[in-house]
Amino acid sequence: MIDRRPFVQKILKNRKPNLRVISGLGTSTWDIMSAGDNIGNFGFIGAMGQAIPFSLGLATSQPDLRILLFTGDGDTLMSLGSIATVANHPVTNLTIVVLDNESYVETGSQPTATAGKTDLELVSKGSGLSNSYTIRSENDYNKLIKTIYVEEGPSLVVAKCQAKATPLVFPHSFDGSVSINRFMSSIKS
Amino acid sequence: MTAVTKDWRDDIYKVFKDLDITMVSHVPDAGHTPLINLCEKDNEIDVITLTTEQDGVGLSCGAYAGGRKSALLMQSSGVGNCINALALPNICRIPFLTLVSMRGEWGEFIPWQVPMGLGTPKVLEAMDVKIFRADYKEEVGSTVDAAARFAFNTNRSAAVLLSQKMIGAKQFKNG
Repeated sequence: MIDRRPFVQKILKNRKPNLRVISGLGTSTWDIMSAGDNIGNFGFIGAMGQAIPFSLGLATSQPDLRILLFTGDGDTLMSLGSIATVANHPVTNLTIVVLDNESYVETGSQPTATAGKTDLELVSKGSGLSNSYTIRSENDYNKLIKTIYVEEGPSLVVAKCQAKATPLVFPHSFDGSVSINRFMSSIKS
Repeated sequence: MTAVTKDWRDDIYKVFKDLDITMVSHVPDAGHTPLINLCEKDNEIDVITLTTEQDGVGLSCGAYAGGRKSALLMQSSGVGNCINALALPNICRIPFLTLVSMRGEWGEFIPWQVPMGLGTPKVLEAMDVKIFRADYKEEVGSTVDAAARFAFNTNRSAAVLLSQKMIGAKQFKNG
């Protein structure tokens, strides 16, 4: 099982200029913020279930950028239908990484469906995303980097993570309008 | 009697072209079908079929973050699916435009359409979405134009309610 915080930090440490990073609400946002402030990040702190469709809209509008979404199993389970939408309007520059700790850690570690019988890789493949796979170890770092920067997307990678609470790392602002305008300035420049 | 030769959906399409709206997402409704068909024939407009209306909110916001304007087409029953998602354009001050074909109001046949039809304006108002309403074919173009300009100029959410009186209430037959 992957220790998510250092793994996300490693992925974002030497990020390329063409990468833009979105995160689904909660822990995924604290994860990407822990890797250091970057105007090319936009983190959800609410609107659960909207991170995948948001990333699809962004990816279709900016085909020359690589779009990386980090989100959780809870957020993904809320918008399973959006995976079908991604698959049927394929964008080649989108990678969705589901940091799957099989629990709602922030609310008291209640188990999610992935702790039970649900397999998000199979859901993704069944939705039509052929490039879907699961990683369980940090050793798959190079494979994931290749997916993020090189492979033709859309891709969905289920990263099985330890279910442990991590420190909250706040974004530059909790004001969505500040965050989105700052992020958009990274695209214009 | 005024002769209306043009379909009012042509007027909406013209607004899309005038304002450079290049992405249209939808959960289809018969009232929107001629507009969806027009958009699908246009190579400059990306048409995305959703599995639930709320995804159109996030999709639209992501497209805007990438520099593109869009519109979400749905039936009034879909408005209820969007409530929490509408927090996204609200808190981010992202322009959001939706065109809603109304059910459950004028000569409705299906009782199941009534609750959300009655709830639609209340739900939109509750989420700070500015409502524009078109009851007559002649005012559709100007109303959609006004709503779109309101959304994109003031960075707010706007909905056009296309009345069932104008669209026409389908009468169903058993068998």
